[in-house]
Amino acid sequence: MSYDIQKIRADFPILRRQINGKPLIYFDNGATTQKPQQVIDCISNYYLHQNSNVHRGVHTLSQEATDLFEGAREYVRQFINAEETNEIIFTRGTTESINLLATALKPWIVKGDEILVTAMEHHSNFVPWQQLCEKRGARLKIVPINRNGELDLEFLEKMMNPYTKLLALTHVSNVLGTINPVKKIIKIAKDKGIPVLLDGAQAIAHTKVDVQDLGCDFYAFSGHKAYAPMGIGVLYGKFNWMRRLPPYQFGGEMIDEVTFEKSTFNELPFKYEAGTPNVEGALALETALRYINETGIDAIRQHEDKLLAHAETKLSAIEGVRIIGTAKQKTAALSFVVEGIHPYDVGMLLDKMGVAVRTGHHCAQPLIDFLGLPGTVRASFAMYNTKEEVDLFADALVKVVSMLK
Amino acid sequence: MTIKEKQDAIVEEFSMFDDWMDKYSYLIELGKELPAIEEKYKDPQHLISGCQSRVWLHARHDEDGKIYFTADSDAVITKGIVSLLIKTFSGYSANEILNTDMNFLEQIGLKEHLSPTRSNGLLSMIKQIQLYARAFKLKENN
Ligand SMILES: Cc1ncc(COP(=O)(O)O)c(C=O)c1O
Repeated sequence: MSYDIQKIRADFPILRRQINGKPLIYFDNGATTQKPQQVIDCISNYYLHQNSNVHRGVHTLSQEATDLFEGAREYVRQFINAEETNEIIFTRGTTESINLLATALKPWIVKGDEILVTAMEHHSNFVPWQQLCEKRGARLKIVPINRNGELDLEFLEKMMNPYTKLLALTHVSNVLGTINPVKKIIKIAKDKGIPVLLDGAQAIAHTKVDVQDLGCDFYAFSGHKAYAPMGIGVLYGKFNWMRRLPPYQFGGEMIDEVTFEKSTFNELPFKYEAGTPNVEGALALETALRYINETGIDAIRQHEDKLLAHAETKLSAIEGVRIIGTAKQKTAALSFVVEGIHPYDVGMLLDKMGVAVRTGHHCAQPLIDFLGLPGTVRASFAMYNTKEEVDLFADALVKVVSMLK
Repeated sequence: MTIKEKQDAIVEEFSMFDDWMDKYSYLIELGKELPAIEEKYKDPQHLISGCQSRVWLHARHDEDGKIYFTADSDAVITKGIVSLLIKTFSGYSANEILNTDMNFLEQIGLKEHLSPTRSNGLLSMIKQIQLYARAFKLKENN
């Protein structure tokens, strides 16, 4: 079956918008993706027909909402092929997933321990570990990258030692587009008994994620980068880990029994879901993941790889443009700088021509500093982008460069 | 010329541009022409926070009671915008600066840059100019 781009585009109403009098070319999918009508409908249908609090009421609506909510959890399990449904914890997004884990792991990290992160982490997978290490007298060690934006696995292995308590790394880099060889890395870590967290924020909508096949202990992602709404995300945590770790927040839903003297905590995953959850978010996440599945993650990957390759060819032909991130395995994101021109100016003028890109340090300041850049311009793609859009973008960029030169 | 007259002249100038390209080309020109700030003022103390591009702003209070601004930015459009501000406000007294409204920015279609969420920090630049004026005024009164 061929990839029906027109049918896909028709599902995303926002793509019909005009920006500054030009048809919108949305290339800021790394920040957040647009939502298909199905997802938008799912949210309004929930409030039209099912709204009610979950896990609480004896009444019909509450039962229905609870069934739908737990059904969404089960669908997420299938989507990432987790072993058990209770390994799926709903959060607000990647950032909260990682903070949850960092808080839960706190008692387990002691003075002298080490946590490994890489030089290409988003602040969300960097600052929580930096803070944890600071509080516990542990050491945060940074795995370097080479000029192409790839990790050196031999070096990474050498950095692991008996004090290493965790390796936290991104599945796909939001700045460089690098797909890390995570399966290989996890195997190396596993052989040394080191648990691994993958930040899947930039991977979940672009490449197949199978947590059992990967072998990771934890996997975090945001719904909004995968066609679902903002405010819903997932922490996958292996049952044997999450069972033993302490709760993150306290309140309703997460308790088993409360007396004035003592509370005991609910079982997984509820132990980690204090308070009323984002029910419509979870349902809409299921809808979005179904949408990805129906389109086919492999077909999406192929389509986006073609866009990326085409964009790299087009941009390389423009004088002064330098592509940042030339890893062998890349997906969906293309960072670049233009010699002598600030990324901000480029982004500003592209916007005037209807092209939405991201500029700046992309919440990965240590990486941008390491690269010695003032920031980059990033075009990031999604399933609905087209080759024609890439062409228009390249033409717009030529114009921008000539204006600024 | 009063500040108001200068602003009117800028508004007039901008009214001749009928598309965004001309307007931004002009801003870019202004940016490129902006006299360089002394290197020593490009330090953290003169850096305006809230800008995705960096902006340095320095103010000098002359014996004639007037304030003179110099500035720089690493992004040229931002530099063009700060250049407009400096053109408008350099060479006036603290009172004159503090008694001027900023409507002219809206009139020349730079309103989009005024929102506090815009990362170019035009608003921060204006605040900083006013802050300098206020500080010099306090000094005068002492
Ligand atoms: C690699 C990576 N990690 C984490 C995040 C944070 O995601 P969120 O803001 O949805 O929590 C992002 C989003 O930009 C990201 O790209």
